[in-house]
Amino acid sequence: MVEKSTFKVKEGLARMLKGGVIMDVTTKEQAIIAQEAGACAVMALERVPADIRAHGGVARMADPIKVGEILKSVTIPVMAKVRIGHFVEAQILESMGVDFIDESEVLTPADEQFHINKYDFKTPFVCGARDLGEALRRIGEGAAMIRTKGEAGTGNVVEAVRHMRTVMGQVRHIMNMPDEELMTFSKDIGAPFELVKLTKEMGRLPVVNFAAGGIATPADASLMMQLGADGIFVGSGIFKSNNPPARAKAIVEATTHYMDPKILAKVSEGIGEAMKGLEISLIPKEELLASRGW
Amino acid sequence: MSKKPLKIGVLAMQGAFEEHIQILDSMGIETIEVRLKDQLADIDGLIIPGGESTTMGKMLNRYDLLEALREKGNSGFPMFGTCAGMIMMSKKVEDGLPGQPLLELMDITTIRNAFGRQIESFEADLDVSEIGERPFHGVFIRAPIIKCVNGTVDVLARFENNIVAVRQDNLLATSFHPEIAGDSRFHEYFVNIVEKWKEMHGKD
Repeated sequence: MVEKSTFKVKEGLARMLKGGVIMDVTTKEQAIIAQEAGACAVMALERVPADIRAHGGVARMADPIKVGEILKSVTIPVMAKVRIGHFVEAQILESMGVDFIDESEVLTPADEQFHINKYDFKTPFVCGARDLGEALRRIGEGAAMIRTKGEAGTGNVVEAVRHMRTVMGQVRHIMNMPDEELMTFSKDIGAPFELVKLTKEMGRLPVVNFAAGGIATPADASLMMQLGADGIFVGSGIFKSNNPPARAKAIVEATTHYMDPKILAKVSEGIGEAMKGLEISLIPKEELLASRGW
Repeated sequence: MSKKPLKIGVLAMQGAFEEHIQILDSMGIETIEVRLKDQLADIDGLIIPGGESTTMGKMLNRYDLLEALREKGNSGFPMFGTCAGMIMMSKKVEDGLPGQPLLELMDITTIRNAFGRQIESFEADLDVSEIGERPFHGVFIRAPIIKCVNGTVDVLARFENNIVAVRQDNLLATSFHPEIAGDSRFHEYFVNIVEKWKEMHGKD
């Protein structure tokens, strides 16, 4: 019997991306640069988060023409973003053959109550999370991959670190928890009990967990990997720097050799200036992207 | 003197290398993650995992492992490639990237993403008589297929007439992912190849 688009092949694709770097790209030229650098996938979008932040207004799914061009220009998997709750944008991307859909807080939410029922789709989904409860709620809705939210478009890794430490800390906490405490813990973090139990059994988040939101340097990538990320998303960090091909390549190498400081030093040399970056505490609260989604 | 236990390297440039290591661990086999040339020194076999073949190829090239692995593979050293690993071991890849670095070890021509994009990914039971009567559950993710085989390549499994598992001497390759199938028979089969090779050629 042949079974297509099972959860196993969805979360399986996420496993195949592990140890790799997924790069935000807005044109086919950028997609080719990313592939040349060794990206394991690209994220097709209209504007990188730093520009979304600067432009303001409603940020939506990218123009299908653009997504189509990027799909044709590279052989690695292509992801694309939809607004939280906007299942029609997801239907459109699925019909185009996009390999992974990111239901993303970086775009303006379309629904302030409900996320997409990701089981309705053949295409796997990745979703952002700040803590274990949020991650398990998204998995409960059918997400096949999780990433930290971080604070996209800032070039500041501090929020991604916070979110990764929170998730990993909560997993460690569950590991030491007697089974009779799991139900109350599930209720407290607002997560499905069965997934909390599964997390304890597996000793990790039940699906692949990447770091995202503010990664700008090879050292940032290694930091997130050492904190337990399975791989790295880089958004504005590459194409907002002054030498994207060199930086992209360096971040790919830093993600593979994340435990080797000598290689990290070498790949960090002479790759030009990183994006300028933003201090999180100076961003008005209502402009923070991580608080979108629930 | 007791024999030195087997040690199998798992290429860890990118991809599902942890999954292979977990299976070998459960079989009591010692493993090492391979990212640099010196990590090849005292291994008895190498697994190239599923992942992104273009990423792996570039990293092998940049870290000077391509030639070292090619030499090993050509000298009869046991290697097992799954999905991207199979692509890496192919002599020829149709629709590969121009200049995509390959190990060019097995006399097979591979087509990348042969079934289409991710929405075409699937699971199916396969008959693989080499590893036993019970079907093996194949997980195919943006999977390649083997278009043609030459020379001394044995076909181990087909899916709807497409060749999806092959062996040539001590080289083993599958277009699906035994590392996430929950079935260790392909790994046992490979370990068996490694043991035989070690008995004949290995130092202890």
